Amino acid sequence: MSVDVAPQRGTSTLQLQFRRFRQNRLAMASVAVLALIVGLCFLGPYAFPFTGEDADFDFISAPAEFTWPHLFGTDDFGRDLLVRVLEGGQVSLTIGFLGALVAGVIGVLYGAVAGYAGGRADGLMMRLVEILYGFPYVILVILLSLLFGGGNVALFAAIVFTLWLTPAVIVRAQAQSLAQREFVQAARAGGMTGPAIVLQHIVPNCMSTVIVYGSLLVPEVILSESFLSFLGIGIKEPQASWGNLIQTGTAAMDTDLRLLLLPGGLLAMVLLCLNFIADGLRDAFDPNDR
Amino acid sequence: MLRFVGRRLWSGGLTLAALVTLTFFVMRLAPGGPFSRNRKISPEVQANIEAAFHLDEPVWQQFGRFVWGVLRFDLGPSTRHRDYSVNDLIASGLPYSLTIGFWAVVVATLVGVALGIAGALRRNGVTDYVAGIVGVIGIAIPIFVIGPVLQVIFGLRLQWLPIGGWDGTWRSLVLPVTVLALPNIAYISRLTRTSMIETLRENYVRTARAKGIGWRRVLWRHTLTGALLPVIAYLGPATAAIITGSILIETIFAVPGIGRHFVDAALNRDYPLVMGITLLYGGLLILFNIGTDVVRALLDPRIRNER
Repeated sequence: MSVDVAPQRGTSTLQLQFRRFRQNRLAMASVAVLALIVGLCFLGPYAFPFTGEDADFDFISAPAEFTWPHLFGTDDFGRDLLVRVLEGGQVSLTIGFLGALVAGVIGVLYGAVAGYAGGRADGLMMRLVEILYGFPYVILVILLSLLFGGGNVALFAAIVFTLWLTPAVIVRAQAQSLAQREFVQAARAGGMTGPAIVLQHIVPNCMSTVIVYGSLLVPEVILSESFLSFLGIGIKEPQASWGNLIQTGTAAMDTDLRLLLLPGGLLAMVLLCLNFIADGLRDAFDPNDR
Repeated sequence: MLRFVGRRLWSGGLTLAALVTLTFFVMRLAPGGPFSRNRKISPEVQANIEAAFHLDEPVWQQFGRFVWGVLRFDLGPSTRHRDYSVNDLIASGLPYSLTIGFWAVVVATLVGVALGIAGALRRNGVTDYVAGIVGVIGIAIPIFVIGPVLQVIFGLRLQWLPIGGWDGTWRSLVLPVTVLALPNIAYISRLTRTSMIETLRENYVRTARAKGIGWRRVLWRHTLTGALLPVIAYLGPATAAIITGSILIETIFAVPGIGRHFVDAALNRDYPLVMGITLLYGGLLILFNIGTDVVRALLDPRIRNER
């Protein structure tokens, strides 16, 4: 006698963790606000009949009067402030998410390989990380963006190059203990090759740590981008980014505060949301931590 | 213990050597040179200037000259600030940078630890709540936003403090030090809070209480020494954060320190000045990292015996 029971699909740890994340009100609110800002930045500019680089000579340094078409006024070239800030947001957000993704992927692979390989290879790979860690971060980032000749790509490369270290160290520690586990040894005994084990067993098992630390990378990349643009090394005029908009705002702050507060406020809001989301992810993914 | 310090010094020296070498060659590889902007001068004059700064020599020879200079504590002449040597520029700027950096570390540690302890002892109390808000602000709002905002509030509107510059009194220190310390206050208070809460749950703390030792003494002698280990470990990275921050702070508040020189020097390809500041920052950072490692090893035998 046999009873046919439909194989019940269990809930995976990852699903459980995301369920726990969804119960965190602050984190979910942050997701909503962030989604709103991202949507505004990428779709908002289409609502206006001009771009952020078009000068409107009838409205030079128009104040913020919330009247169409220049809702928050214009800068001293007659360019619409709101549209510039939204377009700057596109640049900052794109660099932020893409940079965190690329730095994360590089770091995870590097760490997983080092941790799995162990022995001398691990020692050498981690020595390199240790040396790069000892470098003052600003100096490295400034030098690299100079080396790559300035501009968006150079900035991106410099930021990624300096930020893959933390995920590498964290994943390596996990990979090291995973490499000793029975299922990995079984895979090795079964004839699975090293690269396949790293990709199919080590990396997926590091995923929750990677998500937590990856979410912290995003604000870090955005901060680095705006930091460099603020100093005049990153994104350059006439292209807008939150960093160089804040810089312009600082120069004019004694006469016109909105030039500083609009991009600065938006940047702070995004960073705040990203930090709350990262906190929420950490609470959901390793509850032992608190 | 001596072996431990020796090993750290050795790897620190290696890191510094790698940093300086990398910086040297990256600077030379980057497009442009210190005198490539002066379009008006004739090729002969340009060649003469470059010869005067030994820029006509092969790069390897220049590198050798630089290393030899470092060994004699001579960093050469600045190519941008005529008639000034890099030693002069660093000597004139360093006191300002050190003063601000020192006070920022002191304020960040004292305020951060105090907020963290208060938060851990009265979880979800008023202080905990305030510390949480300070933490969020310090971590999420960048220095270059909060700095100008404070300048507008306290400098322009209220006129309590100077907006920038340096008048030699404590008044011109308040804003730069506050802004520089803020992100570190945030990190340190968070760190102290979590580690205090964890330590208070430790068995040895309960044992000490059970033995009849007073609450105050348990707190100061038994809990704090254990709970502050992560905070001490953070002082290394905090130095790095202060160095990064000081570049911004000195730009925002017009402090005549060396951080401001660095960006300017890098943009203008002032090779000797960039090398000098890199060497100084790298050396400071590495020394602080070693210092924190040594203090941690003194306090915690587990770290001393690792590897």
